[in-house]
Amino acid sequence: MLKRLVKWARVKSPWILHFNSGACNACDIEILAALMPHYDLERFGILLKASPRHADVLICSGPVTKQVAKRLKRIYDQMPEPKFVVAVGACACSGGAFRGCYNVMEGVDQVIPVSAYVPGCPVKPEAIIDGVAKLLGKLQQSAA
Amino acid sequence: MGEKTIRIPIGPQHPFLKEPAKFDFDISGEEIIGARMRIGYNHRGMEKACEERNYYQCLYLLERICGICSHSHTTCYVQAVEDILKLEVPKRGLYLRTLVCELERLHSHFLWLGVAAHEVGFDTLFMYVWRDREVVMEILEEISGNRVNYAINTIGGVRRDLTEEQRKKILGSLDLLKKRLDYYTHIGTHEPSFLARIQGVGKMSKERAIQMCAVGPFARASGLDVDVRRDDQYAAYGDLDFKVITSDQCDVLGRVIVRVLEIAESLKMIQQLLTKLPEGDIAVKKVPRRVPAGFSISRYEAPRGEDVHYVRSNGTEKPERVKVRAPTMANLEAATESIVGSFIADIPIAIASIDPCFSCTDRTAVVLNDKKKGMRITTWEELRRYGVDWYRKNKGIHF
Ligand code: SF4
Repeated sequence: MLKRLVKWARVKSPWILHFNSGACNACDIEILAALMPHYDLERFGILLKASPRHADVLICSGPVTKQVAKRLKRIYDQMPEPKFVVAVGACACSGGAFRGCYNVMEGVDQVIPVSAYVPGCPVKPEAIIDGVAKLLGKLQQSAA
Repeated sequence: MGEKTIRIPIGPQHPFLKEPAKFDFDISGEEIIGARMRIGYNHRGMEKACEERNYYQCLYLLERICGICSHSHTTCYVQAVEDILKLEVPKRGLYLRTLVCELERLHSHFLWLGVAAHEVGFDTLFMYVWRDREVVMEILEEISGNRVNYAINTIGGVRRDLTEEQRKKILGSLDLLKKRLDYYTHIGTHEPSFLARIQGVGKMSKERAIQMCAVGPFARASGLDVDVRRDDQYAAYGDLDFKVITSDQCDVLGRVIVRVLEIAESLKMIQQLLTKLPEGDIAVKKVPRRVPAGFSISRYEAPRGEDVHYVRSNGTEKPERVKVRAPTMANLEAATESIVGSFIADIPIAIASIDPCFSCTDRTAVVLNDKKKGMRITTWEELRRYGVDWYRKNKGIHF
């Protein structure tokens, strides 16, 4: 019973945490723009949270620099189960423009497991909404 | 100081930081008595990566130094390369480039105003400003096809022309922005609760700002009259009529005033650019792939301050060295110092007031101090003396 309630709450109102792991900022401002009145991700019940301990979904942008990798892992570990990670931007998916640079890890999935990839450099807010909606769809299925 | 001090670490992930960076604050009671920062979480090694790419590929990469001032970095870079190549960019190309420069400043300042309002807990303003910022984003998308990394610059000009319809449409959108701006100006300078949070916070005196080499709106808010657009004119700024905004407030309020008034100036400039837009080509037709050996330094007034690029070529298709000095780098030290003396609750707004951009800033420096190999660390004084001597000897300029 409690489990069903938790799942229902998670699908109806996932709380997200945004972390920049070495991105160029473009994807970050697009994530923010997606949350703002014009695109309004909040209508899906999505709320931006400040602490990893409150978050269900970690939205990650950036190719993960070597210095940030350890911290990213820590943030991921601090999130309560079950948790999901969305990689936003070409560089978060695979390294993108920074592939081959000496200080980057080429993608978030090198460090933590990723549930959804949203490619694009930078991604459009529409694409972020699409990616998040797809993730929600999947959550719903698993909840059923 | 008999009381015990506590050290509070903030970052690399923290609600008020939009990007990873770390600050250590020494706190005594509620007051901050010391501040240090640690950057480098965003260092990706781009300058090195530039050396492995040709001049056009670098353009793509440098655009991604920072998504907010992407056009600043490419413009600064192409200006340096054009200077080495001795290219004469057509007038229309310069005008379009400047147009995107100013639009970028608009969206960046709107973004900042929203973030600043958010940091003091004024979320309504945050939402309002970001809604209107979408108008600017739509104009940029109309011109370049992209919302954030516009990719409009190319060596020798710009890549996309503006049609007559687009020109009219943009002029129409400007009226809406102007109306909205009046409202923000009023709020930013009159709303009592907003003023109470920003007045007297993050003090930075004019003398100290000079010593700390502050740049951009941060310096202008401390009464320093510096602006590369006027002092070292590039692109089409020579043809435009605009004012450099300064303020003697020396605090966060001053920085709000400077930025809000700069938005008004930018709107004026955009109007001038669109009405005066000359006919002709938008880019140089034939640009050689190989760049002759040489070097150039280019300066650019990015939304956050003076951006400097140094490009050295060795006659091949790839640059030998590209060095970037982003404005936040120059301001960070000053911002960290300006926090000392204020309260814990003021940290977010004081840091945000320089509009920090860590993805621009994070470079790495290796200090080589090997006396045997003839390397040594030069002090500021020595460097200054060297510069003065060099100019006296080579250029006949006396300081
Ligand atoms: S995907 Fe592209 S635009 Fe997005 S953060 Fe990475 S480099 Fe920047």
